[in-house]
Amino acid sequence: MIVRDLFHTITNARRADFFCNNHRMNESDRKRQRLTLAAKLRAVVDGPHVLSTEQELKPYECDGLSAYRVVPLLVVLPGSVEEVQAILRICHSEQVPVVARGAGTGLSGGALPNEGGILLSLARLNRIFSVDPDNCCARVQPGVRNLAISEAAKPHGLYYAPDPSSQIACSIGGNVAENAGGVHCLKYGLTVNNLIAVEMITIEGERITLGGGGLDGPGYDLLALMTGSEGMLGVVVEVTVKLLPIPQQAQVALAAFDEVETAGQAVADIIAAGILPAGLEMMDNPSIRASEDFVHAGYPTDAAAILLCEVDGGAEEVSEDIARVRQRLLDSGATEVRTASDASERARFWAGRKAAFPAVGRISPDYYCMDGTIPRKHLPRVLREIARYSQESGLGVANVFHAGDGNLHPLILYDANNAGELELAEQVGGRILELCVEVGGTITGEHGVGLEKINQMCAQFPPEELQMFHDVKGVFDPRGLLNPGKAIPTLNRCAEFGAMHVKAGDLRFPHLERF
Amino acid sequence: MSDRDIAQDLAKQVRDAAERRQPLRLVGLDSKASYGHAVQGEALHLSAHRGITSYEPTELVLSARAGTPIPDIEAALAANGQMLAFEPPGFSGTASLGGAMASGLGGPRRPWGGAPRDLMLGMTLLDGRGRILHFGGEVMKNVAGYDLSRLMAGALGTLGALLEVSIKVLPAPKVERSLVLNLSRDRALQLMREVARQPAPLSGACHLDDRLYLRLSGNAASVAAWEKQIGGDGGAGTGFWLDLRDHGLAFFDSDRPLWRLSLPPATPRLDCEQQVLTDWAGAQRWVYSSSSATEIRDEVAKAGGHAILFRHGDDKTPVFHPLDGVRERLHRGLKQTFDPFGILNPGRQYASL
Repeated sequence: MIVRDLFHTITNARRADFFCNNHRMNESDRKRQRLTLAAKLRAVVDGPHVLSTEQELKPYECDGLSAYRVVPLLVVLPGSVEEVQAILRICHSEQVPVVARGAGTGLSGGALPNEGGILLSLARLNRIFSVDPDNCCARVQPGVRNLAISEAAKPHGLYYAPDPSSQIACSIGGNVAENAGGVHCLKYGLTVNNLIAVEMITIEGERITLGGGGLDGPGYDLLALMTGSEGMLGVVVEVTVKLLPIPQQAQVALAAFDEVETAGQAVADIIAAGILPAGLEMMDNPSIRASEDFVHAGYPTDAAAILLCEVDGGAEEVSEDIARVRQRLLDSGATEVRTASDASERARFWAGRKAAFPAVGRISPDYYCMDGTIPRKHLPRVLREIARYSQESGLGVANVFHAGDGNLHPLILYDANNAGELELAEQVGGRILELCVEVGGTITGEHGVGLEKINQMCAQFPPEELQMFHDVKGVFDPRGLLNPGKAIPTLNRCAEFGAMHVKAGDLRFPHLERF
Repeated sequence: MSDRDIAQDLAKQVRDAAERRQPLRLVGLDSKASYGHAVQGEALHLSAHRGITSYEPTELVLSARAGTPIPDIEAALAANGQMLAFEPPGFSGTASLGGAMASGLGGPRRPWGGAPRDLMLGMTLLDGRGRILHFGGEVMKNVAGYDLSRLMAGALGTLGALLEVSIKVLPAPKVERSLVLNLSRDRALQLMREVARQPAPLSGACHLDDRLYLRLSGNAASVAAWEKQIGGDGGAGTGFWLDLRDHGLAFFDSDRPLWRLSLPPATPRLDCEQQVLTDWAGAQRWVYSSSSATEIRDEVAKAGGHAILFRHGDDKTPVFHPLDGVRERLHRGLKQTFDPFGILNPGRQYASL
């Protein structure tokens, strides 16, 4: 997926704060520390897998959120679990921050390096240990690509269900760290619902198993706690995923609507009819037109919104369900409903949706992808408000929506070359996320908080809850060495974030205590 | 009883207890009182804190206070063609939503419909300091902050009292059919695994006394097609699955120690499985055994699972599978974080928690 550079300057406040929290040091100190630490790490990891020159380090300075760039002290690529343990022991005793990285496709800056720390790339741990059809599971290393698991399971008629859009490139370790989703979550769940066990290394270098070989493990559900913890609690070195039988058949219907509200109601009507679609996606008019220009999927470009509704299962079930979906869509006011007559037409229907982000990238020099989730019933209001923000700011917004599970991806269009547009895009994005919280939703459905949404966490959680998050981290990582400064804002930061808004004459978080 | 919100009263009781360092025994509807170690402490009654606070069938989300009886929730869902996919057991009594989630137990549908932790979307928690905290939400996808809601599922109230819970609900199947096949345990386990790896609309797979019980759920055509394919020697009513869920089958009518083994489902018969009911297509086994607790736990751990002394244990044998050093430390750290005075259900799960 191409997400163009987002905010280069916007986040001055956010970035300054992060960088201040990073260990500041002058260049010669930094060089000395780099050399000393590299020597220690080369004693436990093959020399070539400890990267230390600027040229070697540069490719690791950002993840999928390329607006943020930090060159780490060192990059280390362990080739075994024992090496990961040894590296962490060194970092723990030397008090060196550790940022774990899978494929680096994350969109929220979760794998942004720490200036004074090491970037721990798990890319070399990329073996599939076993595909076990009898137990419907696969045991893999964290660097294995999401799609590679399904490919390995395919000969057994099985697959791994979570399919984030980056599945061709993203790693399963990163999926665990982010609790990655995809377009089939409503029916098949998120990463957390599709894991059996995880092997984790603590910051002290100890190896533990979370989960069990069966459907549960003893004690607290640390597997659930670890999933989506953004590399803040431990380093994943092995993952056992659940495999599901590949559905016999899938069918997709494409419906056009002349009002976004009608499309939203149609989604509710399908659910009310007792159908649980495998995928249920919505695109608004700007997204439809951008996609159609790009991939010519045959979308109706005059529609206010389209819905793509996929059902899967047994052959008999699918043909019955798709007929019911079709009828529902018509009853709900669709102006047109098409069902794909064969696999190639089905692929074409999906091609437009799958190309939506790059398609928008063609019509705007830059765009900023948001990731809020809302209770679906508030969709009309949220889309109306987004349209109003768009009008007020003068920036276009194209909406792509995992309609089934309420996960909204507004794409804010801007041109970074026009002075001030970046800041404006950021403001619009912030307002959208705060609106998501206001209607009972969340600031991130599947991309994670990382560094990107750390300020909006202050809007979603009051200080006591944030403190609880910090305390939980303290249990796993008392010295705060794992991915410091990410995912959970300090209470001070939230107070300052509030203060920034006060300065602008707009007190947006009056309920926050000031520390 | 009518709907009531007594969250503030409950918070005050916990604050008082915290001040006095007085242990509390969390009590919902007490249907699972025998699960875990007995807790010595004052009762904190959650059953009066009840009522469905929001239910939007088209959102597939229901929120209710912890004391709400499961049958009330199931009735509200059934009226809209929906269900609790984890089939919470009530055993001999009536379960509450809080107890169902805190126990983490699932019924026969669990391998396909999910466990309480899978359906948990968010919750209001009363921690050991008597503070009311909110985590998660009412939406399907939410990755803001650590997932503390799911951490509470199965923690048996040792990290906090659940006050209100939001869960994902699912459409109820249009048709359900139960098949019975006369098969030995070994052949049944084989067949269960074979069916489980095919895209069959399976929602139950249990073996007892040379009979394999399979439940199919879905639309009429698909259930009929699979019924034909699998065949069978007869049918079973819905009563079997309810009795399995609530331990109403004659198998459970014993005062011998009952073990629950959680295993990789294809694990062949273990030595300790002397008298066994196999559920969850092999992943959950209820066992009466003459092996010692240590022998059972060693054998199960070797096979990659864990063993719970579910009922009729003695006072000396730990109910739950012992934790190793690092996990034990993390558990104690979490307990300290949520319940610094150690007053919430102390010892119910592990002596040190």
